[in-house]
Amino acid sequence: MQSETKAHMEKLTSPAGHPVTVLRFEGDIASTSKDAVLGTYQALPKATVRSVLLDFSKVDYINSSGIALVIQMLIEASNSDQKVYAFGLSPHFTKVFTMVGITKYAGLFATQAEALAAL
Amino acid sequence: MPSRLGYEKVAMSTAAAVAKLMGFREDRVEDLKTAVAEACINAMEHGNRLNEGLSVGVVLSAGQHALEVKVIDDGKGLKELPPKPDMDRKMHGEEDPRGMGMFLIQALVDEAEWVAGANGKSSYVRLVIRLDAEAE
Repeated sequence: MQSETKAHMEKLTSPAGHPVTVLRFEGDIASTSKDAVLGTYQALPKATVRSVLLDFSKVDYINSSGIALVIQMLIEASNSDQKVYAFGLSPHFTKVFTMVGITKYAGLFATQAEALAAL
Repeated sequence: MPSRLGYEKVAMSTAAAVAKLMGFREDRVEDLKTAVAEACINAMEHGNRLNEGLSVGVVLSAGQHALEVKVIDDGKGLKELPPKPDMDRKMHGEEDPRGMGMFLIQALVDEAEWVAGANGKSSYVRLVIRLDAEAE
């Protein structure tokens, strides 16, 4: 019933010249998404990855279990001195992420271009 | 619905279809979708403890000015509402990263009421979104 979460990683460079690791998600972000969300993040080399950009532009459904996975990622990133940013959330999920306080620990942007320009 | 995660999307889509027919704005429909999905997930996980032999009931009642959604499970219901989630405490490992469902429900609809069923069964959450909130 839930659509499978797909994730893939891409390396980009911001206009300011900073390396950025982009995690692109597709499908639902729910309790079944642990491997796709946390697993993909945990496979990144912590020693070299400093900025992680989450792409939600192809995600239609995020529930509280999925938000909890994002928070777990933010906790691990904070402990590793990494910065996390996100873009592509719908206006509704931008509101939800703001309501639960995620924006204090992850910058939200409308588009990839806006996010990269700020890094 | 069976108490199987993922089926909350059936209730969510049905409630959204009714709300659209009633004339709710798109952003309010999105609020309702999340609230209904979270209510169903709570009913499956906490009320019915993911026992697929137990059903979750969803009743939509479209009134002239409001849409009421009741989500019914076979649990004993809540003794008290959990505290509002605290992102700082979650980030510092002092609070479970989960546990935001009820907060989201309360924040996204105009009324939310949790009612414990008699004899420890048929507990329900009742959600209401009102058309007159559209002008806010």
